Amino acid sequence: MAASEDAKASSLRYAFGNVIAFFILLLIGILAFSIRLFSVKSRDLQVIKYESVIHEFDPYFNYRVTQYLTKNGIYDFWNWFDDRTWYPLGRVIGGTVYPGLTLTAGTLWWILNSLNIPLSVETVCVFTAPIFSANAAWATYLLTKEVKGTGAGLTAAVLLAMVPSYISRSVAGSYDNEAVAIFALIFTFYLYIKTLNTGSLFYATLNAIAYFYMVCSWGGYTFIINLIPMHVLLCIVTGRYSSRLYIAYAPLVVLGTLLAALVPVVGFNAVMTSEHFASFLVFIIINVVALVYYIKGILLPKMFKVAVTLVISVGLVVCVAVIAVLIALVASSPTMGWSGRSLSLLDPTYASKYIPIIASVSEHQPPTWPSYFMDINVLAFLVPAGIIACFSPLSDASSFVVLYIATSVYFSGVMVRLMLVFAPAACITSGIALSAAFDVFTRSIKFQLPGLSGNSPIDAGDTSSGGVVAQNETVKTEKKEDPGKERPSRKTEKNEDLSKERPSRKNKKKEKENVEKISVKPQEEKRLLVLPLEASVIAIFLLVLLGAFYVVHCVWAAAEAYSAPSIVLTSHSHDGLHVFDDFREAYAWLRHNTEVDDKVASWWDYGYQTTAMANRTVIVDNNTWNNTHIATVGTAMSSPEKPAWEIFNSLDVKYVLVVFGGLVGYPSDDINKFLWMVRIGGGVFPHIKEPDYLRDGQYRIDSEATPTMLNCLMYKLSYYRFVETDGKGFDRVRQTEIGKKYFKLTHFEEVR
Amino acid sequence: MGKSATTKDAQALFHSLRSAYAATPTNLKIIDLYVMFAVVTALIQVVYMAIVGSFPFNSFLSGVLSCVGTAVLAVCLRIQVNKENKEFKDLPPERAFADFVLCNLVLHLVIMNFLG
Repeated sequence: MAASEDAKASSLRYAFGNVIAFFILLLIGILAFSIRLFSVKSRDLQVIKYESVIHEFDPYFNYRVTQYLTKNGIYDFWNWFDDRTWYPLGRVIGGTVYPGLTLTAGTLWWILNSLNIPLSVETVCVFTAPIFSANAAWATYLLTKEVKGTGAGLTAAVLLAMVPSYISRSVAGSYDNEAVAIFALIFTFYLYIKTLNTGSLFYATLNAIAYFYMVCSWGGYTFIINLIPMHVLLCIVTGRYSSRLYIAYAPLVVLGTLLAALVPVVGFNAVMTSEHFASFLVFIIINVVALVYYIKGILLPKMFKVAVTLVISVGLVVCVAVIAVLIALVASSPTMGWSGRSLSLLDPTYASKYIPIIASVSEHQPPTWPSYFMDINVLAFLVPAGIIACFSPLSDASSFVVLYIATSVYFSGVMVRLMLVFAPAACITSGIALSAAFDVFTRSIKFQLPGLSGNSPIDAGDTSSGGVVAQNETVKTEKKEDPGKERPSRKTEKNEDLSKERPSRKNKKKEKENVEKISVKPQEEKRLLVLPLEASVIAIFLLVLLGAFYVVHCVWAAAEAYSAPSIVLTSHSHDGLHVFDDFREAYAWLRHNTEVDDKVASWWDYGYQTTAMANRTVIVDNNTWNNTHIATVGTAMSSPEKPAWEIFNSLDVKYVLVVFGGLVGYPSDDINKFLWMVRIGGGVFPHIKEPDYLRDGQYRIDSEATPTMLNCLMYKLSYYRFVETDGKGFDRVRQTEIGKKYFKLTHFEEVR
Repeated sequence: MGKSATTKDAQALFHSLRSAYAATPTNLKIIDLYVMFAVVTALIQVVYMAIVGSFPFNSFLSGVLSCVGTAVLAVCLRIQVNKENKEFKDLPPERAFADFVLCNLVLHLVIMNFLG
């Protein structure tokens, strides 16, 4: 009778816990969404800081593609040949773009419109990234829950919702592939772990479909198709093979390869390039291993030994032959079948040596140490603790997390943009660490304070307390998010009380059942884990402080560092906020004052924006598929006027767009990018030599500059009539007076 | 002499394998046959490709991967319905078969798409 009542109470408690967990997840989603809106509204939520504009360069292209998709439908989209870029070559957009993001936003727009919610395509595009970051937080919860339980899941979800590295790529308006791809990445990993834990073919199918979505969204899918085989191999080598592993992996490879081959931009690469070979190799291995385990199961041990000796003697010969053939196949292609971007990941010096165009993009540079602190903040300290927590006890799932973090740390060290892949791993491990720490400390406190935990001090504190503490954390962070940051501590205390009471009720029941069963030994074990009361209280306090610091940093990063759209510049001065809208004014000028078919030449950074905002044909754009073409533009920019005019004339160019920030102090203008134009141009046309533009190895534009530099087109276009602004020609970015002040343009003229 | 010992071992192994396999339930044997059939079909296609050439590469790929996929899924089904597998005790064979059908459906939808 009493037992049934207790059971009822405990099931009620579980239901209550589920409701709370659901509610918290909802709040996490709102948090993830709203923290990314700083780019639209300013901090006090009264003044609109920027409009809801699309940021950066690539998002403009994605926006343009989405517009085309919504206007012309899916079939035209697949066959779209774009003649507005890469003049005179053009570009097959449908076959060279990762369609995941575009299709997602297009579907969202279509659903909203069929529900009679008339949002513009632009609005949908702006808010796609925040929506998907909320999804990513939920996916993180699911993944971490599979690894270490609900508590760790909730903590990891909160951390991910706010991690600055991810915010930097998914603020409102940052309409780029990564926005949906990170969600797809985490969700694919979750489904893999879920399949591994349950051994269900249903989840394996879902896993393959999630992988398909990832392939649609981002080139980073190769990370998945290499990481999962690595994990499978690790499991096999460490003797953790199970039939669940087979079910999780083998269908994924077959289905995933087929699905990946369906995406036009991947196509046959899914079976032809070396990025995917690892998965096939492991597929063969796991089949062999499965067969071996099966035979081992049905044979007697003695006979199995005989079989092993037989098979090894025959099998070695076959293996050597197969591997030799494989190596010969792979080595027959010059780059070993690896694409340039992958090679630059494996050998960090590769890109700077052979492919300047990859090295020239700032997000492909290795990160600096401060950027780790900026992007993941306190998580950097929690990650090692989380890895240790993963090892106690080591399961298939937690070994996957360890492998994930180890590889992603390496990749983030090679390319700053891959910090984005590292951030979820850091959040997951930190979530595990925090949850485990809170678990230990609260259990110690409960053990030390028998009054709080009722009549069962020894068994107090099981897994559920971690969950409740993690909930604490979320409630607290939610509180912090609000403008008034006044009373997080009181709230925390209340919740802690709650957490202390709730497990104890459950423990009464446990106690009744196990009164006789609990021997002395487990008691001893529990006792060993207990820390002194003062230490645990202080430790909890410090952890809460750490969390608070993290929240403050994240809000700051979201509000100040990562939300400024690069096309609308702001500067603070003593008389208030100045907004420079020069980019959009320039594009609007092009749109209104030039003929529809005029060709505009600019460095490739501005290609996407010119096609999207000015609707004019450009020579090169940010999709850097044709190195020679870019080198041609680079050569023209670094040549004197006459040869430059000849090059541009041969390309039908009527207008040349250069971006100059020397007057207002905008540092990423064309003069600062100029050396890359020289390098890329010189890589194809050897008469452009980098040393000609450097004085003693230094890049300068003042009176010490080389004559080649002072006569090149970029210099002339940038500094034409510059001296008329202040009489001296003082460049605020380079902090120097320019070298050649008075000159006339002979082959070009300034537009007004 | 060493050689005769090896052949004797091989013979003994073969016999014990055979007797062990004879104990397998019939439904598992049917699945095994199905797997063998799929694998042999895949091998025939590979041999054909080696002789004739891989020109419609997507057709070749979808053909081979269809067979390999069918085999792999059948192996998964076999693992799940095998009574001796302790891991899948709670999984009813009906559920396993439903999953198998679903997965096959997805696989062959994709293949039909890819066939070209």
